[in-house]
Parts: sequence; C-alpha cells; structure tokens
Amino acid sequence: MTAVADTVGPHIDLTAKRGWRSIKSAIMTGLMVASLAAVVIPLVAVIWSVAARGLAVAFQSFPDFFAKEIPVVARRPGPGMGPAIVGTLLSTGAATLIAVPLGVLGAVYLHEYGKDNRFARLVRFMGTVMTGVPSIVMGLFVYVVWTLQFGYSAFGGALALACLMLPVVIGASEQMLKLVPIHLREAAYALGTTKSRTILTVVLPAALPGIVSGALLAVARAAGETAPLLFAVGAATEYNLSLFGEANTALSVQIFANANSSFVAAQERAWGAALTLVLLTFLVTLVARIFTARVASQR
Amino acid sequence: MPMPMPMEDVMEPPRTEPRPSRTPAKRIEIEQPAAVTLPETPVVFDLHELEVYYGAFRAVRDVTMQIHKNEITAFIGPSGCGKTTVLRAFNRMHDVTPGARVAGKLLYHGTHLYVPEVSATEVRRRIGMVFQKPNPFPKSIYDNIAFGPRVNGAKGRADIDAIVEKSLRAAALWDEVKDRLRSSALGLSGGQQQRLCIARTIAVEPEVVLMDEPCSALDPIATARIEELMRELKSRFTIIIVTHNMQQAGRVSDRTAFFTTELDAKADRRTGTLVEYDETTKIFSNPFDERTENYISGRFG
Amino acid sequence: MLDLRGHHAHADRAFRFAAIGAAGLVLLILGMIAVTMTNRALPVFRHMGLEFFTAIRWSPPDSLFGALPFIWGTLFTAAIAVVLAVPISLGVALFITQVAPPWLKRPLVYLVDLLAVVPSVVFGLWGVLVLSNYFSLGRSFLTAGVILAIMIIPIITSLSREVIETTPTTDKEGALALGATRWEMIGAAVLPHSAGGLVGAVMLGLGRAMGETIAAALVIGSALGQITLNPFAPGNSMPAVIANEWGEADTLHKSALIALAVALFVITIVVNLIATAIVQRSMKKSRGT
Repeated sequence: MTAVADTVGPHIDLTAKRGWRSIKSAIMTGLMVASLAAVVIPLVAVIWSVAARGLAVAFQSFPDFFAKEIPVVARRPGPGMGPAIVGTLLSTGAATLIAVPLGVLGAVYLHEYGKDNRFARLVRFMGTVMTGVPSIVMGLFVYVVWTLQFGYSAFGGALALACLMLPVVIGASEQMLKLVPIHLREAAYALGTTKSRTILTVVLPAALPGIVSGALLAVARAAGETAPLLFAVGAATEYNLSLFGEANTALSVQIFANANSSFVAAQERAWGAALTLVLLTFLVTLVARIFTARVASQR
Repeated sequence: MPMPMPMEDVMEPPRTEPRPSRTPAKRIEIEQPAAVTLPETPVVFDLHELEVYYGAFRAVRDVTMQIHKNEITAFIGPSGCGKTTVLRAFNRMHDVTPGARVAGKLLYHGTHLYVPEVSATEVRRRIGMVFQKPNPFPKSIYDNIAFGPRVNGAKGRADIDAIVEKSLRAAALWDEVKDRLRSSALGLSGGQQQRLCIARTIAVEPEVVLMDEPCSALDPIATARIEELMRELKSRFTIIIVTHNMQQAGRVSDRTAFFTTELDAKADRRTGTLVEYDETTKIFSNPFDERTENYISGRFG
Repeated sequence: MLDLRGHHAHADRAFRFAAIGAAGLVLLILGMIAVTMTNRALPVFRHMGLEFFTAIRWSPPDSLFGALPFIWGTLFTAAIAVVLAVPISLGVALFITQVAPPWLKRPLVYLVDLLAVVPSVVFGLWGVLVLSNYFSLGRSFLTAGVILAIMIIPIITSLSREVIETTPTTDKEGALALGATRWEMIGAAVLPHSAGGLVGAVMLGLGRAMGETIAAALVIGSALGQITLNPFAPGNSMPAVIANEWGEADTLHKSALIALAVALFVITIVVNLIATAIVQRSMKKSRGT
C-alpha cells in the first residue's frame, strides 16, 4: 500500500464511542428537532384551517364573497366581505401614503443631518419606545383625538395605522441609509450639489430597494392590525368608498367581531375574511422579500 | 568489488530537470541512511497527496510527508501557502468549515482519518490544538483546565485537582496562578493565557499537539517562554507548529516543511503546495529546492 | 466679491426643516399620547383613587373598577407565553445557527418569520374556533398563553439567532479541539457568550406578549375577578378587557378602560426599555472584545 517507513503502534480505535456522552448528544438533537416541530406544527395548522375553511366559504359562489356586502343579520348564512376588503385597502393604503414619506423623511434627518446630536438621539430612543406601544393604546389614542371629534371613518383608521407604522419605517429606512456608501455622497458634493439635492437624487435612489422592503413589511403588519381599527373605523356592513364621512370596516375588525359570534354563518365568514387577509399579507411580504434579496445581491 | 554509491551521484541527475515538488520529499524519506542526524522515531502521521478544497477551489495540493513521534515539526512559508490549512486537516478541524473537503490520504498510526467510521471527537481527544490568539473560556482558570478531562469522564475533586496541577506545572504556569485558580482566566496576560491554553490542551493527554502560530499575538519575552515550553514538552508529545517566523522554526523544530503558493490558472487564485520537507538543519543550511532557498534568504515572501 | 451663497439655499433649508419636522413627529405623537390618555384617565382616578390598582372587583354598573385581576391576567398570560416560547425559540435558534447545514438555514429563517406574518387576529380566530374546541382547552389563561407563545416565538428566535452568531469562531473551535461534542461546545462557548443577549431577547418577547391585544382577547375567557394560579381557569387581561368592553361602555367606564391602557403602556415601555438596554449592551460587549 505505501512504500514508506513503517507505522508503529497498536491499532487505534477512533470510532465514536457509545455511552453517556453520545446519548446526551442524541437527546439534545432530539430536543432541537422537537422545538422545530413546535414551530412548524402550529404554523401549518393555522394555515391549514384558514385555507380549508376559508376556501370553502370564499369560493362558494365566486366572486360573491369578495363583492357582496356583509349581511347585517349575523345569523344569515352566505357571503360576503366586500366592504371589509375595501375598508382594509383604504385604511392601509392611506396609512402607507402618510407614514412612508414621513418616515423616510424622518430617517433622512436622523442619518444625514442629526447624526449623533442630542435631538437625533432622543428621536431614536423615542422611536424605539414607540415601536413598543401596544396597538390597543394607539387605537384608544386615535379614538380620543379623532373619532370623538369626527366620527368613525376610514381616515381615522389610517391615522391609527400610520402612527403604528411611522417608527418602524423610520428605523428600517435609517438602516438602509447607513448602507449607502459615503463616497457616493462625496462624489455628488464634489460636483457642487446641495445636500438636499444629493439626498433626493443620489442617496435615496441608492437605498430605495431596502426602503421599499422595509415599508412593505410595515404595510403587511398594518393590514393585519385589529385593535387600532376597532376604535377608529367601526363596523359598517355596506360599501363605503370614501375616506371620510361615515363608518367603514376592515377585514381584521370583521374577523374579530365574527369570531366572537356564536352563529356558524358568521364564523364561516370570519374564516373567509381570514383567508383573504392572510393572502394579502403573505403577498405583500413576498414582494418585500424580493426587494430584500435585491438589496443583498447589490452588496 | 563493492562499489559504494556516493550520495552525490544519486542526487546529481535530477538537478538538471524541472522537478515536481513531491519528488525531493519522498526521496529524502527513503534514502536516509547514515547521514541522518535525528534518531529514527516511529511515524505518527502519514500523508499522501493530501489536498484541501474549499468548495470547488483547491486550496492546497500534493502534500506528502511523514510526521515523527516526539519531534517538533515546523510548517513555514509565505502567507496564503496553506500551512494552516494543512495543520487543521490533522485534527479534522475542517469539518467545522462549511464547504471544506479533504482529499488524499491522512493516516494516523495507520488509520485513515477521513472515513465515516472515524469520529472527529475521538480524533481531537488525541490530537490537540493551540490557536493563534489565546481563546480561554470565560470561566475560571481551574474550570478551563478541567473542561477537557471532565468532558472525557474524569470525576472526583481529588482527581481533577491533580490533573489541573499537573497540567499547569507542565505548562510552566503553576507558580504564577496556584493561588488564584478560581479567578477568571480572562484576567491573565496574553502570554499567560496562551500557556493556559497549552495547559488546557495537554490536560486531556493527547499524543499530538498542533500549534497554529501560537506566538504571533505575544511579545518577545512571552514568545521565548513558549518556545522553551515546547522544548520541554517534546519528550511527552509530538508537536507540529505553523509559524510565519523563520527564526522561530530554526530555533525550536527538528524538521521543517516549506510550503509555497502557485498560481492556479483555471481559478485565478493561488494554490498552496509542499515544496520541501527535511531536517531543520538541512533546510536552513543547504536546502534542496531553489524556492526554499529564496524564502530562507529572504528574497521573497 | 464673489457671491458664493448659491441659488438653492432656500430649498435646501426648507428640505432640512421638513426632515426635522418629520423626525419630531415621533416626539409629538408620543407626547400627545401621554397627555391625552392621562387626561382621559383622570376621571376614574378621581373616583377611585389609587385603589384602582389594588381593588379586585370590577363592576361597571356599580361604578367599581378594580384593575388588579387584569394586571394579574396580563402578567400571568405573558409569563405562560414566555415559559412556553423560550425553550422552543432557543432550540430553534441553536438549531439554525449550530446544526443546520448552510442550505437549510435561509429556508428555516423564512419559515419562522412566516409565523410573524400571520396577523394576530387570525391566530385568535384559530385559537377560539379550533384550539379551544378540539383540544378541550376552553378559553383560559393557558389557551391565551399558548397563542401568545406562538406569536412571540419569531421575535425571540430572530434576536437569539443574532446574539448567538456573534460568538467568536475561535472560542467554538477551542472547545471542539479539546474533544468536545457539539453540545458540550455549545455549553462551553456559545451559551456563556450569548447569555446576556438571550435574556434581553426573552424580555423583548415578554414585552410583546403583554401588549398583544386581539389574540388574547378572543381566547382568554373574559372572566371577572379571577386571581388564580390555575392556568386552566378562564381569566382576563388588560388588553382583552379593553377590547371586549369598549363597545358598550359609558363615560366613566371608558375612562377606566383608558386608565388600564395607560397602565399597560407604562408596563410594556419599561420592560421593552430594559430589554433593549440588555441586548445592546451584550452585543457591544461581544463586539468589543
């Protein structure tokens, strides 16, 4: 086999030893797998329930579920959830239009102007505090400040959601701005560009995929929020396409209301609404992930 | 009439040809009769055309050599030549790196190390490693030394106390720390931490101690103490040391292996390979290969 | 003399002010929340004084508002959620960082994050109609704790992962080089290093669990006056009672509910701040060495 000097010594056994250590190792690995299962099983169970029960309801007589109004009498079976879908889109859309530009602008201040001064540090700190505000507190706040004065409306819901989204968008956008290399800015300054112009034409476009991704994730969260909308939007059953004026509703609110109901028909509609909501949030999250991948590949 | 074959004749002809790097090493092993200055000790490691891949890239190629018991073998060479990569193959450390793969033969007392039946944990109990930057656990000095024995089944206060003392004495650290065994290991100086790591390694009584540039993070005085320690430990252990400091290799080692890099045209990266492996005195006084001589005399690297 | 003022000074300054204003919105909104909510909560304090926090009976028709059972409920369900979620999150985080082969890491991370995407109200719906029916758990502290646990697992896992991955490779290799098995190495190198950060991650999960309204509201059982250590009993929590009773509350009742919201706000803020401080300190320490 080998034409070299002899290898001396008894044959050494290097195989893995059975015994307490390997048993401990096996137990630990088993526990790991068990915890993985503990995560996968509920996820699959929830998605399965939503899909199974929701699909049955939503596609009973397509597209009734998505188009028809919500039965005022909860006991009555049948579709639909149309107004809720519209309401969710209205509130979430308006909230996005409010929170994202303001959030990005705030992040611009923090990273490009304030940097490490006391005001900026205070804002960052308070931003962290604000992300921890329970959504129900935000809902009550909007009730007191807006609903009491102006009544239920989609816009009230949008305000509440925007308050929830703002600190998240600021935080994520600041992270993305940090990633833009400094030499890009310096190149623009060297050409005599003002700071605001540089930010608008060089920095923000460079950070755009990441900012979009962060914003979309905030949107997905907002679409699923219930508590803030409970106090701001109301539980209308008819279509309401206007932001202001009358009460509106949203998918999350309907799910909450109908889940508590003891009527099977209402519960079925809740599953259908849940399916719609889950599909919506998954879709938005998927698009967000695509943008995140683009950011990663850029670097 | 007996015709003695002068060594020079045997050595002469190949000098005119371009030679692949492994030929000189092999030939020296086989044909070492009276001119040997080192006692013939048993072979611990036997390497045949060892290669290490990171993914598809071949980082090291064609390493063929033998490591002898109770000797200090030094791996030297310019940065990136693969000496640390080869060292880490000895104790299956590449298992930890995703995408790393070892090809060729690496025999430890006749047993092939890279087969599925061989457990890396068992290998590492017999082949220890000291790292470039001291890495004691965030525990007490005592618990650092006791970790290895405890994990391998040592029980009983008295037994472990004895092991701890013995190992610290062997690492020339006992006198400095005997009164504060329970204090944190992170409170020691760099040189003390490295001696602690050596003590920790020899506490499990391995046969081989691998050292990856153990002194590069230390000052000259600490370095001198570790080199002295190595000479003391040689009688009990087989030591392989990677060093970027040629003089160190010359001071402590019995045999020296010189590695270098070659441009891999396909990958546009440099692959490391073994150039020459011989007794240290020979490498440093009269190396066989021109590249070795260039490195030793400082012409490159 | 050269005019170096430039033509865009005004626009530039305007942009800057706009940016400052946007950032300041955070302070403005938080300030408004504090002021208006406290203001609206005052009536019930005038009515009940500090007994609001210590009284046990909550009976709106009698104008009696004792918040203690709800405070207890919030803490109890959050504790159950943490006890359930932490071993699982830690296990998954260790699996992803130490055991999983590289190609499996990203899909697993996505999978766990998927749990965070499902809206809270959908978990509540599932909890009410599936969990409490099929597993005969009924509406109780435990059911609420289970739902909350499912919801906080993603955040604890993701933070733990980040902390664990800061463990220096050389520490891990040092343990392995002594002949340790993977788990012995984790115990010797990874866990001691990550301990502080992991505590912070757990506390952040605790903060989330306390603030989650809807899921808890649906399954907790809405029982009154229960201060018990029995997890199988139906109970109530601050967010749940606010959500469930708001619709039909009169002014004083509403004031009481707002007071509960303020109390909830303060508790969650404090927990979140402590947690963030712990996590940041541990990350800085590990990167500094």
